[in-house]
Amino acid sequence: MINLLVLPLLIPLLTAALLIFLAKSLKAQRILSVISAIGTLTASIILLLTVKKNGIQTVNVGSWDAPFGITLVSDTLSALLVTTSSLITLCVILYSIRSIGTARERFYYYPVVQFLLVGVNGAFTTGDIFNLFVFFEVMLMSSYVLIVIGGTRIQLRESIKYILVNVISSALFVIAVAMLYSVVGSLNMADISQRIAEIGHLPILTVIAVLFLIVFGLKGAIFPLYFWLPGSYYAPPVPILALFGSLLTKVGVYSILRSYSLFFYHDQAFTHELLGILAIITIIVGCIGAIAYWDVKKIVIYNIIIAVGVLVFGISVATEETYKGTVFYTIHDMIVKAALFLLIGVMIKITGTSDLRKMGGLMKKYPLLGWTFLVASFALAGIPPLSGFVGKLLIVRGGLAEGEYVGSLVVLLSSLVVLYSVIKIFMNGFWRAPKDYPGEENQPVMSLWVPGAILVLASAFYGVGAELMYPIISQATDALVHPAIYIDAVLKE
Amino acid sequence: MEILMSIVIGALFASSVYLMLSKSLLRIIIGTGLLSHGAHLLIITMGGLKRGAAPLLGEKAASYVDPLPQALILTAIVISFGVTALFLVLAYRAYQELGTDNMDEMRGNEAND
Repeated sequence: MINLLVLPLLIPLLTAALLIFLAKSLKAQRILSVISAIGTLTASIILLLTVKKNGIQTVNVGSWDAPFGITLVSDTLSALLVTTSSLITLCVILYSIRSIGTARERFYYYPVVQFLLVGVNGAFTTGDIFNLFVFFEVMLMSSYVLIVIGGTRIQLRESIKYILVNVISSALFVIAVAMLYSVVGSLNMADISQRIAEIGHLPILTVIAVLFLIVFGLKGAIFPLYFWLPGSYYAPPVPILALFGSLLTKVGVYSILRSYSLFFYHDQAFTHELLGILAIITIIVGCIGAIAYWDVKKIVIYNIIIAVGVLVFGISVATEETYKGTVFYTIHDMIVKAALFLLIGVMIKITGTSDLRKMGGLMKKYPLLGWTFLVASFALAGIPPLSGFVGKLLIVRGGLAEGEYVGSLVVLLSSLVVLYSVIKIFMNGFWRAPKDYPGEENQPVMSLWVPGAILVLASAFYGVGAELMYPIISQATDALVHPAIYIDAVLKE
Repeated sequence: MEILMSIVIGALFASSVYLMLSKSLLRIIIGTGLLSHGAHLLIITMGGLKRGAAPLLGEKAASYVDPLPQALILTAIVISFGVTALFLVLAYRAYQELGTDNMDEMRGNEAND
């Protein structure tokens, strides 16, 4: 099945088109969304197994041969990320059915979520730098709609800033692509890599690399460019926040990982050093935010920034071991962040507030919620045998082996801060004297808890079954360490 | 020709930055429009201007213009067109809801939520 890797893009795209016509019937929308999300997940799992067995899969769109047409490339890394995104989207849709509210559902919430999945999966799958821009735009357009859907005051106010930041970064992306094209004369990522290796290292390439770093850093929220994230992500309701927090920033990180391992690896003394410094500051800034706030949403939002810092640090060291750690940690972080957002969403639904000081005593009435939250927190902080541990272990060990002591130490210490920040939620939200919250009986707590629990379970399996995942992760890393594998697969004919 | 284009692009970027730094929302949106125009001109310039005949089969010429930047620019124009339209609608909606188009009054703080 040569077109298999198009399915994770095609299924959500067609579903979204269909769902627009079904806007009147909420029931049909919900059922179709869930079925399509399951379909996308199944297709991506089959894709992952195929890639694992047969190596990198490519499709030349419109049968234009590789360096000239647009190529879709699915290596193990992108198949893994596509699978994870599809799983998260499925859980978020399940969660949304009982929580997002009929007004938003009527205004095309489900189609837009599907479009977002098209953009995210496309960005992970494409092998063409301009096509990456297009999929970024698909993703961003959907996120513009999602961030403002419902039209509350805070959403309108924050969405304007979010759009402005992203319009500027899109313009920079176009500029960066134009400059890269004028130097290299190709848009196919494999071909770019090959040509850069041929022409050797030019100073302008370092400039372009930094320009791309600014573009992807704005999406991924690394240090000087993260300023928009806490405000904008705070505005939309929890399911949308879960989608944004787990998928959008990781697309930025993935793009940095892909471009810096595939073609911008010739001037590591400058580019990767810069990446390392930014990563460390990102972690520190995220830590300060995570400790400072008493608002559950804000605490987890700042944890996104910490995780991005850890991942970027892994990329900056650029050895086989840290790449493995980065890949492992990316998947872990996507799953566990989505789980945490969905679980705090349940807490917010029960208590009617996101302020920790007004919560308390949830453990008495909702023990299951409490324990799943605790497992998710431990996984986030990286307590063995849960999934955060393996990724961080690999990143830190790789960092120490390369003599990056400061960065490795910051990553280790950040785990303590992460643990403190989420345990603060646990202690204040679930312990203390139970309180009565008006309207809590009417909340469908169990059905809201299930999607979060599925993700926590997935994260636990991912951590405990790290031994099983390891061959897949190392296969994903091979293409990052040896760009030749990726190039050969794309340009083989 | 390329030098001239570079000056035009630079002027576009400069004016867009100036506009985007102002407080009025409408000026900011016009600024983003100019920024994307600058970026599009940059693409077309980067492909090289007037280097040969039109890239059509049957045209007999020693050299052809690279058609790719034109395909890219078309895509980028359509995207920025869509985003600008959305942005304008959103700005109007925000103006209705918040009663201001001054970015200073749109700061996020607890008193304002």
